[in-house]
Amino acid sequence: MSEHVLSTKLYYGIWIALMVLTVVTARIAFIDLGPFNTVVALVIATCKALLVVLFFMHVKYASEKLVKMVIVASIFWLLLLLLLSLADYGTRYVRHG
Amino acid sequence: MSDSPIAMEHGQHGPELRHHFATAEQQRDAASLGMWLFLGTEIMFFGGMFCAYLIYRLWYFNEFAAGSRSLDIRLGTINTIVLICSSLTVALGVRAAQMGKRKLLVILLILTLIFGLAFLGIKGVEWYAKYKEHHIPGPSFDASDLVRDYPQIHIDQSHEQIYFSLYFAMTGLHALHMIIGVGIFAYLLYHAAKGRYTPEYYTPIEMGGLYWHFVDVVWIYLFPLLYLIDRKPLG
Repeated sequence: MSEHVLSTKLYYGIWIALMVLTVVTARIAFIDLGPFNTVVALVIATCKALLVVLFFMHVKYASEKLVKMVIVASIFWLLLLLLLSLADYGTRYVRHG
Repeated sequence: MSDSPIAMEHGQHGPELRHHFATAEQQRDAASLGMWLFLGTEIMFFGGMFCAYLIYRLWYFNEFAAGSRSLDIRLGTINTIVLICSSLTVALGVRAAQMGKRKLLVILLILTLIFGLAFLGIKGVEWYAKYKEHHIPGPSFDASDLVRDYPQIHIDQSHEQIYFSLYFAMTGLHALHMIIGVGIFAYLLYHAAKGRYTPEYYTPIEMGGLYWHFVDVVWIYLFPLLYLIDRKPLG
């Protein structure tokens, strides 16, 4: 069994980190960082997503390599969709209005 | 050994182990792989919308910025916190199931349901506010209030509809997942209360938990992408 009972302390720690990051991202949005507002918001969101996936979803402790492969492949396909579309639309069109 | 074949097959283990699996571990790993493959398809399902969002945001940034400003950031933040709390109760619930603490599991599942319903209620309040402001795309759509409120931003009303179309499509699809999640957790609660889950067999709790966390992760991205596009003070 890949059951790996984690301590409640770890779960509460992750929970507090997620709450803090939520408040931080909402506050930082009001500070003018130029184009970096979006970057910071996405970096924080990705940190939060990683905390949830690695600890709450136990991926860090999952023994099955196949599961990890499925996750990496899914994210790869998503990035293919987003980045290739972005490369296309970002270079071929000028921004309207 | 005069046992019938069926009794023999169930002799070494509980009835939850299906006959086409050799061991409980194999059964659990198969469920886990299947669940993650399903979540992979869900990533692509939401991914199409995120891609549409990305392209239109590049094209019509002004309208996206104004639409984002018109959302209630207070309720959006509260809802994010509500979902994070629900993810904690789910994670602790899986742990309670692993350790065979039935009463604790039932309490945590009830808490998860309360958080899930609270999220949907707050979302409903937000949608109703948008309905009253005529921000729902369609014949009655009217963004003249945004044009008035943000004179510094050049807004094209038809492009503004695209932002709100994506807002309702994305939060709507997410809310649909939440409603399904509430259904799944109501089912899990019913069976947990009857004591169906043990430290040897709690796969449904684990898989339901994976689904719930996934829906949480989607919201973790929706919140900054919809609410925090452009909040800096207008010069």
